[in-house]
This record gives sequence, structure tokens and C-alpha cells, in this order.
Amino acid sequence: MTFWEASLDVALIALASLTLMSVLMIYIAYILYADRKIWAAVQLRRGPNVVGPWGLLQSFADLLKFVLKEPVIPASANKGLFLLAPLVLVFLALTAWAVIPVDAGWVIADLNVGILFVFAVSSLQVYGVIMAGWASNSKYAFLGALRSAAQMISYEVSIGFVIITVLLCVGSLNLTAIVESQNSEWGIFGWYWLWLFPMFVIFLISALAETNRPPFDLPEAESELVAGFMVEYSSTPYLLFMLGEYVAIMTMCALMTIMFFGGWLPPFPIAPFTWVPGIVWFVLKMSLVFFIFAMVKAFVPRYRYDQLMRLGWKVFLPLSLAAVVIVAFVLKLTGLAPGVGA
Amino acid sequence: MTALLADYLPLVIFMGVALFIGAILLAAPFVVAYKSPDSEKLSAYECGFNAFDDSRMKFDVRFYLVAILFIIFDLEVAFLFPWAVTFGGIGWFGFWSMMIFLGVLTVGFVYEWKKGALEWD
Repeated sequence: MTFWEASLDVALIALASLTLMSVLMIYIAYILYADRKIWAAVQLRRGPNVVGPWGLLQSFADLLKFVLKEPVIPASANKGLFLLAPLVLVFLALTAWAVIPVDAGWVIADLNVGILFVFAVSSLQVYGVIMAGWASNSKYAFLGALRSAAQMISYEVSIGFVIITVLLCVGSLNLTAIVESQNSEWGIFGWYWLWLFPMFVIFLISALAETNRPPFDLPEAESELVAGFMVEYSSTPYLLFMLGEYVAIMTMCALMTIMFFGGWLPPFPIAPFTWVPGIVWFVLKMSLVFFIFAMVKAFVPRYRYDQLMRLGWKVFLPLSLAAVVIVAFVLKLTGLAPGVGA
Repeated sequence: MTALLADYLPLVIFMGVALFIGAILLAAPFVVAYKSPDSEKLSAYECGFNAFDDSRMKFDVRFYLVAILFIIFDLEVAFLFPWAVTFGGIGWFGFWSMMIFLGVLTVGFVYEWKKGALEWD
């Protein structure tokens, strides 16, 4: 391979990465809009409806406003760390998307350790939170960061066990292989949401807690901690936190789509459904999972912190650990476990 | 080596692009936005009065405890990954080996539960 061929490859990959990230961010702009509209509809309000037709341009107006706001760095803060924290968070949140396949073969880096990579990167996000809370040098930010870190790591354990149960059924860490293993003539009834239904529920609730979504938004509980670890942030550093949070939420939605809803596979493997491109199914399923997230935010009252920790350590951890044992035992007994390298 | 590079080079490029987008967004308001800092605006947020204590204060030991418990269980999950991937090829011996490992950890989990390490009151 010559130097020019190599640089062409690099340029093409960079272009593909840029395209994926741009599409993801525009999608998130409308996910934010949908989140606010759904929340408003549940409370019989109108929601954003001024900027553009039906308020469709609201998120872009917000972006412009964030960029034009004065960036305030508190005098007592550690300035370098203070600015590094949002960058770390958004960088890690976006990085997870490099390995997520949105259609057969549509993936930037098809790693054979795909799900391990996503798991590792989402664990690292806790560093962004801790850095923000420490560097701000403010009591609210410090307490919010402690709470947030404890909450994120508590629910990561049960997320890990749920991933293990899916891996037992798949026999591969590759995200494409996880989707392909759900491809059967049963269609929607062959996907893991049905066979591992309790695991799906645990994963959904843990994903809410992991991404600090309501009803587990303790770190930013307005009534007690103002805005948690983000209290000192303004302008785009604040925007980066919100962006990182929503990218992380979409990563969780995409993971759920891949592990439990068969990724880009059509729900019924017959003619009119198989004509639809896989990416459409993927985005539809991801949006459906986000719709559940949005409805939970609108319906469920906020948890108390001790209830949150009790749920994570005393309910989900034993349940998911038991599920790993049960799933492994059943697979072994029935001989359904996939062969090595399958 | 080349195959490994071909697998991971896109990942490195993607990370570079992500860092670039983040850095541009972070730097934008420092270039374009209007700034007029004063000492009140730059003080730490404290509900209207001056801070009378360092914000990096003592905090509850439970947070350490949660972090330590997390390390144990996250390591357990890390051990389970290779076991789960090769599950079809390791037979009943592989199954029972992991069950003994999980059993030992469960004993530890029950102990810390009874000791009240998981209580928040």
C-alpha cells in the first residue's frame, strides 16, 4: 500500500466518522425536541412551538444561544480541569458510537470486542463527572459529583451481568454477531426481549440510572443540589454536558436495540417488511426505546437516594447474578449454547 | 499486525474526529461571546452568601465503600466475559468452575449485606 492509498483510506474513514456524528447530532436535536414535546403533552402543555413550524428548529436556536452566552469560569476553580471535564465526557460518549452497527456492515470499526469496548467507555464517563465536581470547587458541584459517581458505578454492575446473559446466548462480543444471532424465521419472537424479558427490564431501568435520567436524576435534583456537578458551568461547557448525556442515552437505546430488539432486522421476515432498509428499522426501534425513556420521565416521581442504592445493590445485583446462573444452566442443560467461534 | 491496524485505525480516527468536534464547541464561546467578568459573577455558587468553608470537605465513608464493592463486582463481570464467550466449548467442568467462583463471591456479598455495608440511612 502506498502512502497516497493509505491517506485516502484515512480521509474516507474520517469522512464516514464525521457523517455519522453529524447525523447523530441532528437526530439528537430532534430527540431533545421530542423529549420536551412528550413531556409537555403528558402535562397538557404545548411545549416548544415558536421557533420554526411547530417549534421544529428549537434545538438549533438553543445551540446558537449557548454559543453566544458568556462562558463563566469561577475564580476558585482549577481552570484546566474545569474545561477538560466536559470535553472528556462528550469525547467518551461519542467514542462509543464508533463500534455500533446501524445496519449490516454500516459500522466505523467492526471490533471483535465491540460490546466490551462500549461497556469500558461508558464506565470511563464517570471520570468526566468526578473531574467536573472537583474542579468546580463548589459545595453543590462536589456533592452532586459524589452522588452521581456512586449511582453510575452501582448500576453498571447489573448492566454488566445483563450483558453477560446476552453473551451466553450469542457466544461473541461482536455487536454485528449479536444482531445476526437473533435472525431467525420467528422474526420478532426470536429476539432476546422475549427470551430474556426480565433481563430486558433490568437493563432498561439500569440504563435510566446509569445515564442520570429521571426518575434517577438525583445528581441534578433541582430541589436539593440545584444542578449537581454542572452547577458552575455555563455556555458551551454546559452544552457539552447535556450533549454528552443525550449521546450516552442514545448509546443505551442503541445497545438495547442491538441486544434485545434485533438491531436492523425486520420484525417479520416476510416480503413487505424485508423491503424496508435496515437503517430505518434501527432508527425506529431506537426511537421507540427512547419513547419509553421519555414516558418514564413524565410519569414516575423521583427516587430518594437511599431507595436508589437499595434498588441497585439489594434488588438488581442479586437478581441479575441469579439470572446469569439460571441462563447458563438452562443453556447447558438444553444444549442450546452456541459453539466456540459460532 | 496489519489486520490489527485495519481493525483499530478507524477507531483512532473516530476518536480524533470526536475530540475535534468537542474542542471546537468548547472553544466557540471564548471566541465569539461577549465577556464582562466581575468578582461576584466569578465566585462559587452558594445561595446568596459568601462561602465560609472549603468546598473540598470531608464526605461520607459510604462513598468509598460503594467504590470498593464496585471494584469487586466489576472484576467479577470482567472474569465472566471470556467465560460467556467460550461457554459452548468448555463443557460442564467450565460451568461448575465458574459456579464455585460465583458461590465464593456470593458468600462475600451476603456477609457485607449482613454487616450493613449496603444500608443508606
